[in-house]
Amino acid sequence: MSEHEIAATVDGATETATVEARRLLVHALRENWGYTQPTVGCESGKCGACTVEMDGEVVKSCCVLAVQADGSEITTVGGIEGAPDGLAEVGGDDVAAADDDGFGPVQRSFHEEHGLQCGYCTPGMILRSRDLLAANPDPSREEIREGLKGNVCRCTGYENVVDAVEAAARKLEPIETDGGAPEDAVDAADGGAD
Amino acid sequence: MFPPQFDYERPDSLDAALDALADEDAVPLAGGHDLVPMLKARERTPGTVVDLGGLAALRGVERVVADGTERLSIGALTTDAALLDADPAGVDALLDATSEVGDAQIRNRGTVGGNLAAAHPASDIPAATLAAGATLHLVGPDGDRTVPAGEFATGDHETVCTDDELVTRVSVPLDPDAGGAYARKTHPSTGYAAVGVAARLRVVDGAVADPRVAAVGLLDVPTRLPAVEGALVGVDAGSPVDAVAGAAERATEGIDGAVREDHVVSAGQRCAVLPEYTERAVSAALARAVGREGVVA
Repeated sequence: MSEHEIAATVDGATETATVEARRLLVHALRENWGYTQPTVGCESGKCGACTVEMDGEVVKSCCVLAVQADGSEITTVGGIEGAPDGLAEVGGDDVAAADDDGFGPVQRSFHEEHGLQCGYCTPGMILRSRDLLAANPDPSREEIREGLKGNVCRCTGYENVVDAVEAAARKLEPIETDGGAPEDAVDAADGGAD
Repeated sequence: MFPPQFDYERPDSLDAALDALADEDAVPLAGGHDLVPMLKARERTPGTVVDLGGLAALRGVERVVADGTERLSIGALTTDAALLDADPAGVDALLDATSEVGDAQIRNRGTVGGNLAAAHPASDIPAATLAAGATLHLVGPDGDRTVPAGEFATGDHETVCTDDELVTRVSVPLDPDAGGAYARKTHPSTGYAAVGVAARLRVVDGAVADPRVAAVGLLDVPTRLPAVEGALVGVDAGSPVDAVAGAAERATEGIDGAVREDHVVSAGQRCAVLPEYTERAVSAALARAVGREGVVA
């Protein structure tokens, strides 16, 4: 039984631990480091409650060994900010100023549409919904259902979850970059355009 | 559920990985969606888990020309999501099948080679590799060898790949005028295929040629559907509906082996839905072949 020193960036913070090889990432997150948003549901890779972003991709942290996450960047639902990648909230600054709970548009839509009841699946639902919207900003209801098939909810019957993702999509619009990369847009805003 | 205790190694070269796997108590780890649940269920209790994540050379998709044939070479550690992102032309059935694997999170970790090596009897990708006439490339302590897709799996989670060998890549022949597709009835409990059917065919002079149709979920190993293939040869691609339906009705003819069943989906149910999904796969493959540039129905 080998033990391993691991270090990962979790929600922007550097975390380290000495873990047994068999330690699962979800247990390292929850028990070693105190990030309790990813929850432990089916424990077999089906339910998606343990979903986190690992190096920018949503994964099921109950099927990743903690030692495999050494050197990676992990984002839990507690570490997300604002709109999904490549998207901005319609009327962004005004909405953000009025929003005093720090939630982004996807989280707010789950709240408003009652897309949760007990909340156990919600961290995974939010992360996968953001990922889905980043890839497909205007999904059909069928695409939302298909896209969330790896996230199980035993409370809502899914109807309100689909409503929530649809509502989030209506709040979001692609970031205008004049065809350039987002970095170019930042440069232009800094007066670097020529 | 916690996995049993084991040692962990992460080799950074293929040679080092093979050295580690020479230990008879060692198992390879790719995407982990087959192995890790089995570890938790104590169905596997290895002494050492050999993480292949450091073998960057086994990732990626490229076109190669071998023996005068153009082929798509897919590194075994290419994730399902990376293959779908690459969106290579000429492997319609494989892309269809890969998009059905698990869910988005699983496709981000799960690998094409791992899917094949795990040899789950109801996994989608093996149907497509069999229909496409793909070849698996293996490497072991005694060197390299190639295995046709149809000879790789030998049973439920059993393959010709020995414990000290690794699948390094899958090579799929590319045929510019072929069309392919995959259709499945999802198992309501497992999320794998209750039955899944991959079809690949060409249209030559307005008629179906070289059809290859393969099913998973039916037997313990992926199987071709010989009666369907036979009935499809020469079908008029211009008005194929009745002929394809007729061919699909023969899906269970000539199947060699016991049809799988469990407490949710019986063998009879699998056989009953097989023609429908065979028809869907063949019809979609035919529509794509007819849609290819230069192919006239």
